[in-house]
Amino acid sequence: MEEQVAFQIDLQDNVATALVELNQGPVVLRGDSNQDVIHAVEHIPIGHKIALRDINCDEDIIKYGIVIGRATQNIAKGAWVHLHCISSVYDERSSHLDVVTGAPKDIKYE
Amino acid sequence: MQWEGFSRQDDRLGIRNKVLVIYTVECSSFVAKEITRISDHMDVECVGFSGCTDNEYAVRLLISLIRHPNVGGVLAVGLGCEYVQAEWLADIAEKEGKQHAWMFIQTEGGTNKSIQKGVTLVSEMLDALKKTPRVPMTMSDLVIGAECGGSDYTSGLAGNVVVGRFYDSLVEMGGTAIFEEIVEAIGLIDLLTARAVNKRAREEIQYTYDKALEYCKSVRQYSVSPGNFAGGLSTIEEKSMGALIKSGTKPIEGVLKVAGKPNHPGLWLLDSTPDPHWMQFGITNPNDNEGLMDLISCGCHIVLLVTGRGNVVGSAVAPCVKITGNSHTYARMKGDMDFDAGRVLAGDCTLDQSAESLAQMIANVASGVLTKSESLGHKEYFIPYKYQEKQVTIPPKCTM
Repeated sequence: MEEQVAFQIDLQDNVATALVELNQGPVVLRGDSNQDVIHAVEHIPIGHKIALRDINCDEDIIKYGIVIGRATQNIAKGAWVHLHCISSVYDERSSHLDVVTGAPKDIKYE
Repeated sequence: MQWEGFSRQDDRLGIRNKVLVIYTVECSSFVAKEITRISDHMDVECVGFSGCTDNEYAVRLLISLIRHPNVGGVLAVGLGCEYVQAEWLADIAEKEGKQHAWMFIQTEGGTNKSIQKGVTLVSEMLDALKKTPRVPMTMSDLVIGAECGGSDYTSGLAGNVVVGRFYDSLVEMGGTAIFEEIVEAIGLIDLLTARAVNKRAREEIQYTYDKALEYCKSVRQYSVSPGNFAGGLSTIEEKSMGALIKSGTKPIEGVLKVAGKPNHPGLWLLDSTPDPHWMQFGITNPNDNEGLMDLISCGCHIVLLVTGRGNVVGSAVAPCVKITGNSHTYARMKGDMDFDAGRVLAGDCTLDQSAESLAQMIANVASGVLTKSESLGHKEYFIPYKYQEKQVTIPPKCTM
């Protein structure tokens, strides 16, 4: 079985990035991290984010040591962090995109 | 880290000693390209501007390439009826103390005669350039530029982060680092202005950012796509930081315009967004080679292209080092990729170790080692119609 790995960029971050497709189970952390392993609680696609700790609704999402967005619901440690539970502080439109394809849901071609 | 550079009249040092064959309109491009091809020499390269009507931006860019420290000689090839003047370009090379010549195809008697003469002139220049004085050169003499192209999720995790670490150490060594793509910094204005070295730099950054934001709105497009979201990015801030991180952490000395020259070492932001013009002139970063050319126009000896998916382009005038954070891309495209930053993600080395390896590679390239794209003969360039002021022009505040 392939080792599950995620990469944390900055010690302050509360999310890490999946380096392989993650399924439920232990995930080794690389980069600047205080934890060696965390537990993925759901499927997370490669390149997507995993929560490094419980994150409360309206709390800042930290990556690169900066705020990249805000939680729109409570996020459990080890959960997938993406469009369904995070919004941009800056660009409202990204909150209206499809979670899987990133395609806009606020526009119809007709 | 020290090597021998090529001495130039303006006191800058070159890491290459090239002959540029420049066409001044599309109609003379075939002759210029044939002269280059037949010359069959690593240091002979072709660039040019296709338009018959001239454009100040394009001319300024061409002139910056003539003045570039990596260029030792210029042959300007004109057709004979276009606006861009081959003779004036050659005159600039002469004033810079470089080998120079020019011709009109119509005067020379057509294609074949022009090619023959051009090949002879280039050969003579190459001989003369063998006598160019060499002097010691270090990292403090280097001007390095960086941009992203064909990014994927590894670019913001490894590729750009490693470049950022390298930029910090380059500045610490007294060198000059230039980053660009202000439209890739949307949402991060507070971060940018906080890094300004002084009040003027802060004002320049704010103006440049506001202009880029206005530009994004006017073309109804931020620099983020559905593919980015599908790949794991969730916000424009996340995308922007993944790009901006290649600038490192040092204070920003100010904003350069295309073809501008940093007047002292340190970290600089290059503005490649068009300035306002009634014709709505130009698109920002229509392709990666425009970005590379913009960096080179500011005097970059070497340009770094961070690419996760694997862009294969190289560049005329300045060697292009291709850095990927994706080890699969590196393995699959080893003939094109120079540096595997993905080893950081694999846990094979730390970010600092990777940045140190990159610094060593940069020094090697500067001392004469060819990049992959150089070896392959990739010498792309892109010089478009566009409008930009020569300096950051901040509109005066209303005094009513």
